[in-house]
This record gives sequence, structure tokens and C-alpha cells, in this order.
Amino acid sequence: MAERIVVDPITRIEGHLRIEAEVKDGKIVDAWSSSTMVRGLENIVKGRDPRDVWAFVQRTCGVCTTVHALSSVRAVEDALDIVVPPNAELVRNLMVSALYQHDHVVHFYHLHALDWVDIVSALSADPNETSKLAQSISKWPKSSPGYFSDLQKRLTKFVESGQLGIFANGYWGHPAMKLPAEVNLLAVAHYLEALEWQKEIVKVHTIFGGKNPHPNYLVGGMACAINIEDPGGLNAERLAYVKRLLEDAKTFVEQVYVPDLLAIASFYKDWGAIGKGFGNYMSYGEYPTNGYNDVSSFKFKQGIILDRDLTKVHDVNHRNDDIQEFVNNSWYDYDGDGDAGLHPWDGETNINYTGPKPPYKHLDVDQKYSFIKTPRWKGKPMEVGPLARVLVNYVKGDKETQEEVGAVLKYLDVPADALFSTLGRTAARAICAKLSSTWGLEFYDQLIANIKNGDMRMANMEKWEPSTWPKECKGVGFTEAPRGALAHWIRIKDGKTENYQQVVPSTWNASPRDPKGQRSAYEATLIGTPVADDKLPLEIIRTIHSFDPCIACSVHLYDEHGKPLTGVDNISMCTV
Amino acid sequence: MATNKKRDTYLQAIIKQGYSRRDFMKFTTFMAAYMGLQNSAIGKITNALETTPRLPVIWEHYQECTCCSESFIRSDHPIVADILLDKISLDYTETLMAASGEQAEAAKHDTMKKYHGEYILCVEGSIPMGDDGNYCCIAGKTALEQFKEAAEGAKAIIAWGSCASNGCVQAAYPNPTDATPIHKLVKNKPIIRVPGCPPIGEVMAGVIVHVVAFGRLPELDRMGRPKAFYAKRVHDSCYRRAYYDAGLFAETFDDENSKKGYCLYKVGCKGPMTYNSCGTIKWNNGVSYPIQSGHGCIGCSEDDFWDNGPLYERLTNLPGFGIEATADNIGKAVAGAVAVGIGTHAVLSTVAKRKELKKRINRGIKNEEDLAE
Repeated sequence: MAERIVVDPITRIEGHLRIEAEVKDGKIVDAWSSSTMVRGLENIVKGRDPRDVWAFVQRTCGVCTTVHALSSVRAVEDALDIVVPPNAELVRNLMVSALYQHDHVVHFYHLHALDWVDIVSALSADPNETSKLAQSISKWPKSSPGYFSDLQKRLTKFVESGQLGIFANGYWGHPAMKLPAEVNLLAVAHYLEALEWQKEIVKVHTIFGGKNPHPNYLVGGMACAINIEDPGGLNAERLAYVKRLLEDAKTFVEQVYVPDLLAIASFYKDWGAIGKGFGNYMSYGEYPTNGYNDVSSFKFKQGIILDRDLTKVHDVNHRNDDIQEFVNNSWYDYDGDGDAGLHPWDGETNINYTGPKPPYKHLDVDQKYSFIKTPRWKGKPMEVGPLARVLVNYVKGDKETQEEVGAVLKYLDVPADALFSTLGRTAARAICAKLSSTWGLEFYDQLIANIKNGDMRMANMEKWEPSTWPKECKGVGFTEAPRGALAHWIRIKDGKTENYQQVVPSTWNASPRDPKGQRSAYEATLIGTPVADDKLPLEIIRTIHSFDPCIACSVHLYDEHGKPLTGVDNISMCTV
Repeated sequence: MATNKKRDTYLQAIIKQGYSRRDFMKFTTFMAAYMGLQNSAIGKITNALETTPRLPVIWEHYQECTCCSESFIRSDHPIVADILLDKISLDYTETLMAASGEQAEAAKHDTMKKYHGEYILCVEGSIPMGDDGNYCCIAGKTALEQFKEAAEGAKAIIAWGSCASNGCVQAAYPNPTDATPIHKLVKNKPIIRVPGCPPIGEVMAGVIVHVVAFGRLPELDRMGRPKAFYAKRVHDSCYRRAYYDAGLFAETFDDENSKKGYCLYKVGCKGPMTYNSCGTIKWNNGVSYPIQSGHGCIGCSEDDFWDNGPLYERLTNLPGFGIEATADNIGKAVAGAVAVGIGTHAVLSTVAKRKELKKRINRGIKNEEDLAE
């Protein structure tokens, strides 16, 4: 009999995630993904002023903060036929660029790295060798033997104190940890540097949106009026500040994140064959360069790849029935046929928990087992995220993406199909961050050029007043969140929100099975994942983390009798 | 606290981390300044942190979006993150700790047992009471059950953010899961409410440092909020206040007046009714705050702010605000406005607060009626 493992909770998302998996002969043979928290935001915004909804739904997630606000204002603008001024589009692009860089770096170092990096091993590193290594892969100045030696001393004192705090009980010494001590020391140094760095790049949000987390957005544009002559507006000082932040971030991404990713990945090439999944990838695209309505102008292109076929990209259509949500395995009811799929414009959120009564040891996975609905594109499951984003851009012929992908494959000396994997997802994230850091400065230059040419517009307020709106209308707003394709659908009637549905990246990736029994991405990619030591299933965590599930940590594991397996701990967030 | 003696003091821990005593002094000075304390208090904080053993902290997560944790790690002083993540003894946090599963639970239960009556419980998120608590389960237990277990032996509870303090967005009408703030679910425990969506990182740091340094809770207002950070309205410390007093307002976004940085009151700014430190401490190391970046305050630290009228609707007759006239008339009564404004806080904290409360309840009822239509 296959051993049944329970992983609960995986937190750090707009919900609590639980995974149950069956392990047989050292491999996962089946898996179930469940979210065990619900708030009902879609119902709360019903009846509200559509101009206010962005603020409500922004609170879906405080980690990838901004993406829900952006989707929401775009949905309302789409419904009301509002075109935002080019400056507002550029400021939004800058905020997304800052988010990608922040989110991907934090994910790599603080959420994912400890799946691969052994902190304790760093204690035995030779700082001189670490220094040589650092200088051979990057120009980053903090690379002297003394720097690493000081860090190592600090680390040693920390470990000797016996109080490991958040580093306690990590996978130190696990046989799947493959990095030489010197690489581990390098990674630990940058783990700490990234923790300081992440406070800086978010200031782009603070300047344009007033705060982070949860900066402010505005239907029709952005609220940060430009006035280069006045301290009260977005002036030369503020803009110069943004530029410095973007440049510093780009330097960090290029000189620390990308070299580290490559250095670490080169010891884990076998993960280019693990966590493959079903091979359908979808990206909604992001970074409009000619307005949101011109999808062909997006820097990250929109499209769908099926069955890993890199010769063809299928179109995304948010407005017809291609995209539907099912609740056959989710704790919701539909007014009509419970097995039917509903397009989000007609979506329903009738919460009805029918799972086991807490406290419980196991979910009944033969019944409904999650608060996440199951979205499908033309009936097919889709994987979303940085890998989808990069693949679609690659196949659609974006030169910069092709160069970056080519460079990674060449450095690692692996074939292209190694991208369809846990390793590929992690590498694609770095490619996204690097492209975003480059493009962010392009957007900045365009913003400055516009202002130079006298275009000071930041918001289109022509249709601000509900009296100018049609009696009924509907819209869709989409973006690429750091974790993948995100869209919000709104129906507006008599100036109020009549219906609102969000289909978020985790909905695509973490959902339960559909009526045909097809697995979504988490469940599918876990199958075949090796588990060398079922008491320390580091491999599960690596693959789940490769999705950047916005749900770091806390994995509880149980055996088939519901008894917690000892020695299991987790993944995660450590200091963050 | 005999059980604590083996633990490092803050200073020892900081020095182990490779920081100097000078860094430590910078940190305490910074905290004292933020907390509005006298210069003489710096010595007290320093002394307390040097000699006080690390305070055990359990940090729980329920219905939330993790923006509070994110804000916390943005506290922008070189050693704030270190002090608060490593120097307090953060023995349990689902979001932050490396261990999980059995070890995480064990760490939590060890702390609950070993430091019974001594540890601080931090709560991020509201607790759903609907459907017997089924709307939020962690490791197969309801959030309520998890919370009650952790609260039982806590010395004090810190309610991080608006979710734990007032239910925040999930408690907005119609509150589908009956999301409930924690002070309604536990009695006989001191609770510090630190509202905001999220609270400012430095405010969170300041609250913890106060508890650590002085071994007692900071002085709280009638709403249970630390006075140091919530005694003043955003309006009172707003750098655009002069425009308000002069009757100069942005009429809509991106108009000439908003480009000049005029007051955002007419485009919905809730600064006049919101008690928070955004105007003084600002956000992300003092870079900006919502009003400075052109958007009105949405009042995110006030109880039930989501149901307190549309975001972009100006507050016309807010009781206790001191200005019963509409903004259009404010310019005509500048002198009077200033005088009333000065007295506002005192008034608000007494009689008018109750009036304001009543008004909000009425407004909530009206919202419900509107929604029902």
C-alpha cells in the first residue's frame, strides 16, 4: 500500500494550503491539493462602487501586493471603456517591474534557497575559496575573503549560541543537499543581503502609491499627479529617486541573483527532469507598450502552449467560454448543475463547506476537498507562472527572452526540455526578474521623455462620475502576477458591482481535480517526484516551492494513520 | 523569570550577530524617537534591552493576507529585522520559521508550557466564527481552537493589523464567514490593538520594543491602541493641512489643484477621521505616505473602515470633526477652523467619539439598505 503523506499547512497565501500525497517505492504516485481558508471577498464587493473595488480585492494578498489592485482597475476600465494616459500605464509598468524583482528575489533567497542551500555546511567553507568563486561569477563588490570570513564567524557564533531561531530544524545534512560548503557560504551571505535589499526596491511603490504593502491605485490612471516644478507633485526629486532604486535593483539582480541561481543550479541539474507536469502553459502577458487594449504590444506576450509543443502558441480569450471554473471538488455550490463550468462573468461563490468536522486528520479526497475552485481553458488544465511567461515569449520570438534562455541553457549545459521542470521554473523566475529590471529602466526613460515633451497627464477622469456610465456593462482585467496569470471579471449595473470573480494563479496551479478527473499543476507535477527519505521529504517541498506558491512554509507530514512523521520540517521563509 | 536566565540578552545577541554596541544605540535612539519618548528614555530602553532576556513570542496566522508580516520585515532600520526576528525569541510563526510540521507544533507547545504566563502572542488575521469555524483550518484544527490554545498562557496579546483588530476586509458587509476580531473572543488578557492595513513596519517594531524594554504594555487609548502611534489623526500631522485650512482643495484627481498638492479632502481623504502615524513616521523609511503620493487616506486603521462610506466620497458632516460645514465653506471660516481643529482631539476622545460611533452605525445600516435594494 502506498504511504499517505499529509502536508498541512502550507501558508503564506490568501489561504492555507494542504497537500496529501501517496508515496510508493520512493516516488509520489498520487497527490491532492487543498486550500482550507476562505474569506468570500467576491461576495463582499458585490453592491460596492466599482471604483472602490480595487482596494478590497488588493487585500487578497499582501505578498504579491498590487497585482489584484491592478487587475481590478483594469477590469473596471475595460468595462467602462476608459483608456488610461500613457504616463499612468508607464507608472503601472514600473510598479509591476519593481514587484517582479522584489518578489522573485525574495522567493529565491528566502522561500526557496533553503531547499537547496545547507546553512550548517557553510560553517566549514574556506572563505578564500568562496571569495574566489564569488569573484569568478560576478562583479559584485562584497566578495573579499575578509567579508566571507567575517560572515562565517558571525554564523558560527550564531550556531554555537544553540538558538537557531528560524533556522532551527532545517534540512541541514540531508543527502539531497549537494552544494559544496563554499557555495553554501556564498548563498548565506546573499540570503542576508537580499533581506536588506528587499526593503529598498519596494520604495518605487511608496513613491507612486504612497505605501507598501498595499500601495494605492486609481480607476482611470494613477493618483500621483506630475508636477516637476512643485514639491507637492511627482517632481524631479521623486523621479530621480525612482531611477536610483531601479538601477540599484538591476545591479543586484544581475550581479547577485542571476549568478547565484546559475551557480546553485549547476549542482542540481537532475532537477531538470523532475516536476514536469502536464506541459500546458498559459501567460496573460504584461507590460503594455501601446496601451492595455493592444495586447500585441506587451513585452511579456500573451498565449498558450499545449503539450510542450514549442511550435505553436494558442490565443487567450477572456471573453468567451474558453475559461471556466468548476466546483465539483470544491466547497461551493452552483445554483445549477454542480458539474458544469461557469465563465467568470457568470461565476458564483456560494460557500458550502462539506469537509470533515475539525479537528480532522485527513480530508476525504473522494468528496469535495478544497476552497479553491478549478479553472480550465477549453477543458484543459494550465500551468501558470514565470516558466509559462518565459516559454510563451520564447516561442513568440522575443529576442531578449531567447537570449536569456539560451544563456541559461548554455551555462548549465542542459537541453531545452530541461526547462519543463522544477529547475526550469526556478530558472525562469530569474529570467523574468532580469528582463523586468532591464525593461523597468526603459519604462522610466519613456516616462521622463513624455514629461519632457510636456505630457503631464496621469489620470483620465472623463468617466469618473457614475452618471457617465452605461446602465450595464462588464469588463475583464488581467495581468501576470509574479506567480502567473491573474484576471478579474466584473459586471457593473446601475453604477454598482453586480458580480465579481477573481481567478488567481494559485487557482490554476493549486486547484483540485476537475469533473474529468484531470489534475491541476501542483497535483500533476508532484507525481513521479522522488522522495528519498519519507521522513524528510525535501523533494516535495522543492517542487511545490518551484511554483512560488505564495504559501511558503509549514509543511506538516503524517503517515497513513494520520500520525505525524517525526523529523519533518520545512521549507521556507526563514527570516522573512 | 528564572527560566529565562540562560537566554541571551538583546545586546549579547546583537553582538553575536556581528553588530556593534554603536549599532545597538542607534537602534534604541531611533525607536525612542519614533515612540515619541523623552531623550532620557533612550537610556532606559538601552538598559532594558541589554539586560532583559529575549521575550518568547508566538505569532499566529488566521484569516489574513500576510501584509502585516510583509510590513514588519520592511521596518527600515539596519537591525530592526534582525532584532525582531532573531532577538525576540520568535518561537513560532507559520510564515517565518524554518521548522514546520511536528517540530513547529512542538516548538509552539514547548513555549506555551515553558513560558506559561510569560510569552507574547501576536495574532495576524481574524477568526471566522461562521459554520462552526470551518472557514479556516490549520493542521485540521479551526482557527478558533488554535487561538484559544495559544491565548491561554499568553502574558499579553498583540493584535496585528486591522484583521485581528477589527476584522478588516473579510468582516466588511455582508461578512460571509463571520470574521471576528480577536478581542471579542478572549477575556481577561491584555490586548494591544495595532490596526492598519497593514500597520507601518516601524510602528510594529515600536510596539514590540516597548513591551520588551519596559516589561509592560505601552499606554493605550480607549480603543486599545498604543497612544504613541494612534493619538493623532492623519489630518493633524498632514503636510497638506495648510491647504485644508486655507480652503484649497483638489476637485478631482490629476486636476491643476492636485498637481499643486492641495488638500485631498474633497476626493475622499479620510485623514480627518483616521488615527495613525502615516503623516509623521510615513512609510518605508519615511519615503512617502498615501496623501503625499496623491491619493487620499482610505482610513485603513479605523474600525470597520470598509463600510464607512465609499472611498472617494467626501466626509461631509462627520461629527467631532469640528467642521460641520462642507468643505466648500471652509475657506470662509479659516480662523474658526484652526481653533476648532486644535480642540478636536480632546473632544473626539470623549463625547464626540460616541457620536461618531453612532453615526457610523447608522451609516452602516444605510449601506445595508442600499445593498439590499
